[in-house]
Amino acid sequence: MSLAAHLPALQVVVPLLAAPLTVLLRRRDLAFGVALVASWAALAAAVALWLQVESGGTVSYPIGNWPPPWGIEYRVDRLTAFVLVLVAGVAALVLPYSRASIEAEVPPQQHYLFYTMFLLCLAGLLGITITGDAFNVFVFLEISSLATYVLIALGRDRRALVASYQYLIMGTIGATFFVIGVGLLYLMTGTLNLADMGRRLADVHGTRPVLAALAFVTVGISLKLALFPLHQWLPDAYTHAPSAVSAFLAATATKVAVYVLVRFYFSVFGHSQVFGRLPTQEVMLLLALAGMFVASAIAILQTDLKRLFAYSSVAQIGYIVLGLSFDTTSGLTATIVHLFNHGITKGAVFLLLGGVALVMGGTSLARIQGLGRRMPLTSFGIVLCGLSLIGVPGTAGFVGKWYLILAALEQGQWWLVFMIVASSLLAVAYVWRFVEAAYFREPRQDTAGGPPVPWSMVVPAALLVVATVYFGIDSSLTAGAAARAAADLLGGLR
Amino acid sequence: MVAAEQAIALALAVPAVGAVAIALAGRAPNLREAITLLTAALLLACVATLLPEVQRGAQPALTLWTMVPGLQIAFAVEPLGMLFALIASGLWIVNSLYSIGYMRGNAEQKQTRFYVCFALALAATMGIAFAGNLFTLFVFYEALTLVTYPLVTHHGTDTARNGGRVYLAVLMGTSIVLLLPALVFVWHVAGTTDFTAGGILAGKLGPAALAGLLALCMFGIGKAALMPFHRWLPAAMVAPTPVSALLHAVAVVKAGVFSVVKVVVYVFGVDNLAQAGFGGSVATWLVGVSGFTIVAASVVALKADNLKRRLAYSTVSQLSYVVMAAAVLVPMSLVGAVLHIAAHAVGKITLFFAAGAVYTAAHKTEVSQLDGIGRRMPWTMGAFAIAALSMIGLPPAVGFVSKWYMLSGAMAAQQWFAVAVIVVSTLLNAGYFLPIVYRAFFVAPAAAGDQGHPHGEAPWPMVVALCTTAAATVVLFFVPDLPLALAHQLPGTRVP
Repeated sequence: MSLAAHLPALQVVVPLLAAPLTVLLRRRDLAFGVALVASWAALAAAVALWLQVESGGTVSYPIGNWPPPWGIEYRVDRLTAFVLVLVAGVAALVLPYSRASIEAEVPPQQHYLFYTMFLLCLAGLLGITITGDAFNVFVFLEISSLATYVLIALGRDRRALVASYQYLIMGTIGATFFVIGVGLLYLMTGTLNLADMGRRLADVHGTRPVLAALAFVTVGISLKLALFPLHQWLPDAYTHAPSAVSAFLAATATKVAVYVLVRFYFSVFGHSQVFGRLPTQEVMLLLALAGMFVASAIAILQTDLKRLFAYSSVAQIGYIVLGLSFDTTSGLTATIVHLFNHGITKGAVFLLLGGVALVMGGTSLARIQGLGRRMPLTSFGIVLCGLSLIGVPGTAGFVGKWYLILAALEQGQWWLVFMIVASSLLAVAYVWRFVEAAYFREPRQDTAGGPPVPWSMVVPAALLVVATVYFGIDSSLTAGAAARAAADLLGGLR
Repeated sequence: MVAAEQAIALALAVPAVGAVAIALAGRAPNLREAITLLTAALLLACVATLLPEVQRGAQPALTLWTMVPGLQIAFAVEPLGMLFALIASGLWIVNSLYSIGYMRGNAEQKQTRFYVCFALALAATMGIAFAGNLFTLFVFYEALTLVTYPLVTHHGTDTARNGGRVYLAVLMGTSIVLLLPALVFVWHVAGTTDFTAGGILAGKLGPAALAGLLALCMFGIGKAALMPFHRWLPAAMVAPTPVSALLHAVAVVKAGVFSVVKVVVYVFGVDNLAQAGFGGSVATWLVGVSGFTIVAASVVALKADNLKRRLAYSTVSQLSYVVMAAAVLVPMSLVGAVLHIAAHAVGKITLFFAAGAVYTAAHKTEVSQLDGIGRRMPWTMGAFAIAALSMIGLPPAVGFVSKWYMLSGAMAAQQWFAVAVIVVSTLLNAGYFLPIVYRAFFVAPAAAGDQGHPHGEAPWPMVVALCTTAAATVVLFFVPDLPLALAHQLPGTRVP
């Protein structure tokens, strides 16, 4: 077989094997080189797979040539490819950024370990996405989570340890719940292959163990995706992690968890079982709304920008989950497209904040006063991303909101339409906290002497900001792919 | 001769490119101001090349790209948009001249940012004027709010910040919470948002849904300043006066009422609104709300001592004339609405120019300080008097013409409430404008010594600018042919 035929395996194996290599090399420059090559190779593989799927349909890859359902299957459909591109793309941008960024935030002797953990985390997230095997999802979930705990703990002050510990506890509970759910499903169907499981579940439709499995999987994954009120770990983790880690996690980790939920809901359980047997729709809808409002309101009260945007993430996850709860093509399109758009937006914000932290010595609102004068381009970039979080037309954030409103209107739920738009106003409020601090206050004298932000940090951040605007102006690529993926998911099991 | 499509693209691109050039020329003020004037002149030229096409009855169109699958950023020039674009781009030239005098005369900070945002605001305005569908209009409408925010908060003080908060909260709040759902709903129901003669909702909705959607649109277009969403306009007066003059008397507020008329004519359809009713027309409530706004805002203006605040409330009131005239839904009143967009634009910009000139030359901001100022600044206050006549609706100013059409329309439709509102508000207008003119020319100045440095007129570019617009007010009274012709081209303005 040619190289192209092995792309699904290479997608995960390259970063996974590059990780121990960085440990063996120990020199941080060599480790960086290896990590860079591995992450760009992963992006190339993801893009190639995406093109392959868009033209030729779903790709199935039996690991070790063991045919599914006995062997482990890697399965790439439209949704998978879409998420792979997001994860690998963000990683390929964050990695060159991290070299200069961790210089200021992480002790030099740990730099090579940073790259190791970054690669493991990337391999885990890609693995979760690409695998077609339920237990394999759990394994990769643990790989990425363990790496994430370490990455967060690398943060510059001791609070990072507490944040990491918190996430460790919550993440482990989540993973345990998830594996219990998978165990129950295995019990009822005798298979771990997701597609096969989906077919066999038809025979045991609505039985108590299956519904229990649904509940366990839902709670477990909701912890990982930080669905309100299971989001407690997220603000601390994003705030205290090194800047590059915050950016990578904010753009990918919760998004991959959403992907798992979508996969289990629509490809395994089937939406009739998920939404027909239990009040899943009502619960998800209410939690999503609560997240949109409560987390946004808390974001307004924050005094640190990283924390502010972390709470904003919880709120935006509310939009993503809300779309899913509609159980319609428009709703699911909103979920998928917003997953991507919010990923790049939030990634851009945290990358820019990394530069701010470097120059101003911190990201508290008191410290960044007058940022508009000191770092005009960075401030402008954050404002653009803020507009995307609000959902202003011409930015990526608008597209997801459009589909959400459309989905609510299709069901005649006017009250929901107004809830969605009203929560945008809260976003205006928290984004304008930044604007007013950056543009209406004089710069503080003690923040004068910071070094300029190096190019290796500016370029990745700028690329993501440009992407945030580009995908808002012309969304045929993203929204088109999302709509097709949504149609596949709902069409397959109707 | 440039092809029509290219002219549309140029009208959007010229101010945007101009903004970049202005930013690059920030170090050299003379070059920067020259670029501003040149950009303004080029823009007017681009817009003017479209005029013959439109007058022939053609609708030059341009589709750019897909923003959400199924929804394009598209432009189509029709008579109303043509008129709005002509007004905005024409007055931009005059206003730029005035800005140069004002910004230098008052030694304002951050002048480069000021001119950049101004050019961007004009680009957004052109987008609104030429929008071919409701979606495009919405996109540029939001853009206009955002690029004018730095202009409103130009001074960077706490007052400016608070004014900016109100500005943003009301304009973005209404557009996101009310207009955006309305837009999605239109798309959901009609399957398109293209502006189409006769409306795209005809026969697709019952009267209740139609009235509800109309309410979402009318209140959602916060720039039209319909009460209770008018507070942003007085709040925006913290901006430097050229901003108040071009944006908050012409571009931004006219974008609001322009959108109102456009939505009524091309989305709902005049006949559709007039027929589907519960006994009356679906838009009857709108006549009530806008009528209330006209009178209430005039009463507030009557009491305001700050000159710019008085002018702002006068604007709130005058904008609702347009909304009310559109809601009366007969051909005559619709012509009046369109004419009034032009009439109020030239009149109100003159008034703001005069207020800014008084501030620059004499540092006076309150009406009560204006005793005898006409003797020192005869040109300025003379222009102010002419524009005030236009606001009241007296000859020889163009305000008389538009009011005439609106009044005849209301009478033809037998909407006696609207007639009463126009009459009462005319008296109120006289009540708050004539005392200013009287003070300026006939009351002796306060005892010398308190502010007693002698001053004459403001810098010449400002005086030239305000005399030009005052002259336009008079000229349009005698030859209102162009706006009238364009108004009569609008679907629904021909007598059946």
